[in-house]
Amino acid sequence: MAAHVDSHGHAHVHVHHPAHQHHFETMEQQAEASTLGMWLFLATEVMFFGGLLMAYLLYRVWYPHAWSEGSLELDILLGGINTVVLIGSSLTMALAVRAAQTDQQRATIVFLLLTMALGLTFLVIKFFEYKHKFETGHVPGPNFHFEGPEAPQVEIFLSLYFALTGLHALHMLIGFGIMSVILWMAVKRRFSHAWYTPVELAGLYWHFVDIVWIFLFPLLYLVDRSHHFA
Amino acid sequence: MSGHVSPKSTYYAIFGALMVLTGITVAAAFVNLGSFNFPVAISIAITKATLVVLFFMHVKYSSRLTKMIVAMSFFFLAIMFGLTLTDYMSRGWYASPRGSTGAGTQVGISVNTPARTEPARTTTEPAQEPAR
Repeated sequence: MAAHVDSHGHAHVHVHHPAHQHHFETMEQQAEASTLGMWLFLATEVMFFGGLLMAYLLYRVWYPHAWSEGSLELDILLGGINTVVLIGSSLTMALAVRAAQTDQQRATIVFLLLTMALGLTFLVIKFFEYKHKFETGHVPGPNFHFEGPEAPQVEIFLSLYFALTGLHALHMLIGFGIMSVILWMAVKRRFSHAWYTPVELAGLYWHFVDIVWIFLFPLLYLVDRSHHFA
Repeated sequence: MSGHVSPKSTYYAIFGALMVLTGITVAAAFVNLGSFNFPVAISIAITKATLVVLFFMHVKYSSRLTKMIVAMSFFFLAIMFGLTLTDYMSRGWYASPRGSTGAGTQVGISVNTPARTEPARTTTEPAQEPAR
C-alpha cells in the first residue's frame, strides 16, 4: 500500500504490487515493456541463428548432393521423437503460463516440471545422437571419416549440423537454467494473475527455442533425403 | 496485469495441429517431389512457427508495437536471405569476356587433398598462403 497526496490535497491509497517498479505508471505498462524487451532480444536471436542458416542455405545451393547424403546419415526416428518431445514441452510451457495467469499455483509447478523433464529428454536423446556420430567418425575434424566421393562436402554439412544443433542444445541448457529459477519462484508463490511476467517471458524464450528446432528438423534431417529414391 | 488467458482447448488444438504438420513433413520427405521438396518442407515449418508465435507466444493478443517487432525480426531475416541468395544464385548466369564470376556454381573442393590421417596438415597450411 502506498499513500499519495495529489495536487488537490486529497490522499489516495493505492494497492501497490511489490513487483511494480516505480518508473512504470501501471502494471499493464510494465508488462508491455517487458514483453517488448523480450521480443527485441528474440529478434537478435533470430539473426543469430539466421547467420548460420544463411551458411546452410549457401552451401546447400553449392553442394546439393552432399546435403542429400549427409541428411541420410541423420537418424530420422530420433529427430522425429525429439520434435514431438519439444513441441510437447511447448504445450506444457504454454499451460504453465496459463496456470500462473489463473492463480493455479500447483498446476504452474507441475507444468514447469513437465516442461523441464521434456527438455531434459530432448537433451538426452541429442546426447545419444552425438555419441553415435563420434563412434562412426562423422564428426568434422582430423578424425572425420565418410565413405563416398563427396566426403569433404558432407563434412561441411555435418559441421553445420553440429553448429546449428549445438547452438540449439546450448539454448536448451540455458532454458533449463531459466526454468529452474522460474520453478523456484513458483514454489515461493511469487506469481499470481496480478504478476506473472517472468513465467510469460521464460515461455517466450522456450517457444523460440522450439521454433528454431521446427526449422532445424526438416532442414537437417528431412529435406534432401528423398532424392536418394529417385 | 490483465493479459489474455487462452482456453486450454486452444493450446491442445494448436499442439494437435503441430503434430499433424510434423507427420505431413516427415511423410513428404520420403516422396520425391524433385525441386519441390525444399519449398514444401519450408512452407510447413513456417506454418508451424506461425502457429507457435501467434498462440503459444500470445502475439495474436499482443499490442501492435509487439507485433511490429516480431514482423520486423523476420523481415530483416528475409532481407538477409533474399539479398544474399540473389547474389550467389545468379553468379555464373552470364559469362563475362574476361571469365565468369561463377563463384556460386563453380566451387569444388578437391577430393585429392592430402589424406586426413596426416595430422600436420592443418599446421602447415598457413605456410601455403600466397606472399603479399
